[in-house]
Amino acid sequence: MPQTNYQTQQEFFVDMQRCIGCRACEMACAECETNGHESMIHVNYVDRAVTIQTTVQVCMHCDDPVCANVCPADAISKDEFGVVHTANTARCIGCSNCVMACPFGVPKKNEAYDLMMKCNMCYDRTSAGKKPMCATVCPTQALYYGTREEMARMRPNSTPVNNFLFGNEKVSTKVNIMMPKGSTQLIVD
Amino acid sequence: MNTTLNRKAILIATLVSVLVIATVFYGSRKLQNFDPALIGYLFGTVFAFFGIVYRYSVWLQRPPTWMYFKRTWQFVFKGQVFAHLYFFIKEFIQNIGFQKFIYPRGRSRWIGHFLMAVGCTMAFAITFPLTFGWIHFTLNPETSLNPDSVRMYEAHFFGFKVFEFPLGSFIAFFTFHALNWCSWLVIIGVLIFMRRRLTHAGLISIQSFDGDLLPLILLLAISITGLGLTYDYQFMKGMAYDFMAVTHAVTVIMFLIWIPFGKFFHIIQRPAQIGAHIYKREGIKRGMAVCPHTGKEFATQMHIDDLKTVTKELGFDFTRADGTSHLDLSPEGKRSRLGMAHLKARQQDGGKLFG
Repeated sequence: MPQTNYQTQQEFFVDMQRCIGCRACEMACAECETNGHESMIHVNYVDRAVTIQTTVQVCMHCDDPVCANVCPADAISKDEFGVVHTANTARCIGCSNCVMACPFGVPKKNEAYDLMMKCNMCYDRTSAGKKPMCATVCPTQALYYGTREEMARMRPNSTPVNNFLFGNEKVSTKVNIMMPKGSTQLIVD
Repeated sequence: MNTTLNRKAILIATLVSVLVIATVFYGSRKLQNFDPALIGYLFGTVFAFFGIVYRYSVWLQRPPTWMYFKRTWQFVFKGQVFAHLYFFIKEFIQNIGFQKFIYPRGRSRWIGHFLMAVGCTMAFAITFPLTFGWIHFTLNPETSLNPDSVRMYEAHFFGFKVFEFPLGSFIAFFTFHALNWCSWLVIIGVLIFMRRRLTHAGLISIQSFDGDLLPLILLLAISITGLGLTYDYQFMKGMAYDFMAVTHAVTVIMFLIWIPFGKFFHIIQRPAQIGAHIYKREGIKRGMAVCPHTGKEFATQMHIDDLKTVTKELGFDFTRADGTSHLDLSPEGKRSRLGMAHLKARQQDGGKLFG
């Protein structure tokens, strides 16, 4: 990688309860130069039958990324800052292993390109010391990029959690999800 | 980092290298047609074969790669051989020959890549057999001794004469300069890609010198020094030809020995894309997986089942208490389940907005 100004003290925080489904993040994501102007972020209804709550999903940048492990073409890599990069365009064979194996449902397969694409935390911006596009436009700060201290000051009743349990698998990530104070992990069953 | 040498891969790579040397020996009619001036290129090529086969063998041993490799050949050889062959040829022409999938990514990107690919493939097709002594040219002795006849030039493949053409003809000009045409194609392609890599902000942020720029520089160096050989004997009366020849050889040999390690290995990996397409096509025939959350089909059942096996081999276990797997969910289903889990945790905490 070229010389960077990546701010290691800055972290990504996702607060699902604050998402209002405005999709500003989707529009902003498409401005990211590294995506080739494709939006990589997901906005979903949590459970539309019972609640109007929406939620937003960025790549969680796992410590041991399943997507990279199941890639048969060695197309996905994690850098020294813990950012899991989108598929290397020369290597990706469009098999969708990563799309189906990611426990968070993040990677997208672009059928026309025969290529997997995913959020790489706006590396063009974060490597220059800026915040990711989605976090700069989110009106409710459901997506926030900053320091742990800033977060603790702003959300005293929340705890950032980056440990998840999917069945028997414990997954730890670079990106945090805001949980009620004192939580240590999010169990997805 | 695991630096241990992979014994199985070394064995396969050594066998292939010996096989290459044997085909050089016998293909050149026991070195009779081998051009000793190309010995450096031959060593470079044999090393490239060794490295490529070694890396390919190591690559195939990775669980996900092996699963695709194994499945592809199972389908090809278990019935419908001709249907698979037809599909393979069609896909090879579209995706390897014309790189159809690059066009939607950008027109100039496709043009640049196509020119580089055609130039490199043609150059491989010409230089490998020449280096191996499989192809050589001779002057027809009858026409060369008769001053009244048109002098004919003969091309031999594995020692057999395959065609001849008159010296000074268009075919002669086209054939003798074949590598020059390749150079021009590569140069145009490289310049298109260099422009992209030097001006596109997204690419600049993630590219590396050795991974992305050096391959282009190397291709440009090979093409320019190659054209320099013709320029030297056509317009410089062959002055400093040794220097030109050595410079070209150095760039080509660097390219050859770097194929297994750097970006050029994608040339060898790319046909795996056809395997992935066969896998998907065959999987659709066998049935689709339905997401328990969305109730919609989202992938082939075979793909999901194989992924469960592969993830277990890699040390991941997404099995739930009820025996189902988190991998049974579609990507949309997984995202919703995560949201629901978060909502549940919030409700357990009193259901209020926590700040």
